[in-house]
Amino acid sequence: MEYRLRTPLSAADINCLRSGDVVYLDGTIYTARDKAHVRICKEGSPVSLMGSVLYHCGPLIQDNRVLSAGPTTSGRLSRYTEEILNLGVKAIIGKGGLPRKSFEGRAIYLSYPGGCGAVAASQLFIRNIYFAELGMAEAIWEFMAANMGPMIVAIDSHGCDLYDDVRKNVQKRLRSRFDVQTC
Amino acid sequence: MKRIDIVDATVRVLRRAETSLQPWILELIERAALNETNPIARFHLLSMLENVSISKAKGLPLCQDTGLPIFCIEIGSQIQLDFDLRDAIAEGVRTATKEVPLRPNIVDPLTRKNTQDNTGDGIPDVIFYYRAGYELRITAFPKGAGSENMSLVGMLNPADDPFKFILEAVAERAVNACPPLFLGIGIGGSFDMAARMAKQALLNMPGTSDLELDLLKRINSLGIGPMGLGGCTTALGVKIEKASCHTASLPVAINFQCWANRYATEVLS
Repeated sequence: MEYRLRTPLSAADINCLRSGDVVYLDGTIYTARDKAHVRICKEGSPVSLMGSVLYHCGPLIQDNRVLSAGPTTSGRLSRYTEEILNLGVKAIIGKGGLPRKSFEGRAIYLSYPGGCGAVAASQLFIRNIYFAELGMAEAIWEFMAANMGPMIVAIDSHGCDLYDDVRKNVQKRLRSRFDVQTC
Repeated sequence: MKRIDIVDATVRVLRRAETSLQPWILELIERAALNETNPIARFHLLSMLENVSISKAKGLPLCQDTGLPIFCIEIGSQIQLDFDLRDAIAEGVRTATKEVPLRPNIVDPLTRKNTQDNTGDGIPDVIFYYRAGYELRITAFPKGAGSENMSLVGMLNPADDPFKFILEAVAERAVNACPPLFLGIGIGGSFDMAARMAKQALLNMPGTSDLELDLLKRINSLGIGPMGLGGCTTALGVKIEKASCHTASLPVAINFQCWANRYATEVLS
């Protein structure tokens, strides 16, 4: 199924999504990566994250314009996921996935194709910046998303995780690694 | 050859590497998109192709992670320079940071303070090769952290199977390295030689030996797929570089590279 959603997201928005669905987003999203996560967990967030969408991204910006803004590896931020979702974040956009358990019953994880910074830049517009002293890549940027996507629901709120499914399959194939299989 | 020629060439090769992809890589991604039957895998590959066209049309970096600047310099023995080559390349990186532009990525490893100009202690990394003749070849090879972070060196027991080590590492790490991947592999030498060979292998892509093609086939049979969400395109190329090693050692290095294997070369004479 394909969905077009507007932020802030409600529990109902999240509930109807299933892993494998395609999502386009409109409205406010916030970037946050390594240093911003440390600051949020220590001092609290500079903006309310209730119903928000968080984008694991360190964008390339010039003259108040987004030039390239693809996702960064979410795995580095897995240690903060529980705490961030406790603040009311309803969706995290990134690449590579996060622990499924944290999302159950309350949030989703969206996969944006890695390395597709130029496409993302054409869908994002700068509204504000927080923690600016952390620098371009590490600050929290408030973006207005215009039809951002397509993104894939990789982890839904019902306990389904596409990364986990692939991982289990890979381990099975690895055990019979010298029998080349065709797919 | 003047210093300004090197500075300007550095800016040009960096800009080209950041905003376009070599035609042979595009062809591999196009072919993979046709072959994939998994709809999510196809969707990711098509997004990548669209990204390359937007990037080229607008002259904008493919990826916001414009990388750690690495340069490969092949310098002819007849060339004499009256300036510091490394210093000229560093100036080119500073200029490119403002002009392309590049995201300031380089920090002190301990204080984490950003230099804001993509240079720093030992950075840009400049690798020199000496050749015969009058030419100087400069290759820019900006390396993103997502794939670099997944790279590793294993000091194996000579009784171990290096290909088992490689397959297990790819199975565990590929998802975070923006697959479909290019895998530079160094086997033999010493701890640091293996890593250097693995990096060099990324510039000698794609491997075409039976060994390399067999390994590529086995990696793609794992089913990791584009962005780790399933499919038969996990790697687009594998290149193995070998060196002799100590009878008690078996160093194996794997340098992960994302689908955007960014590099550009210019020849000066």
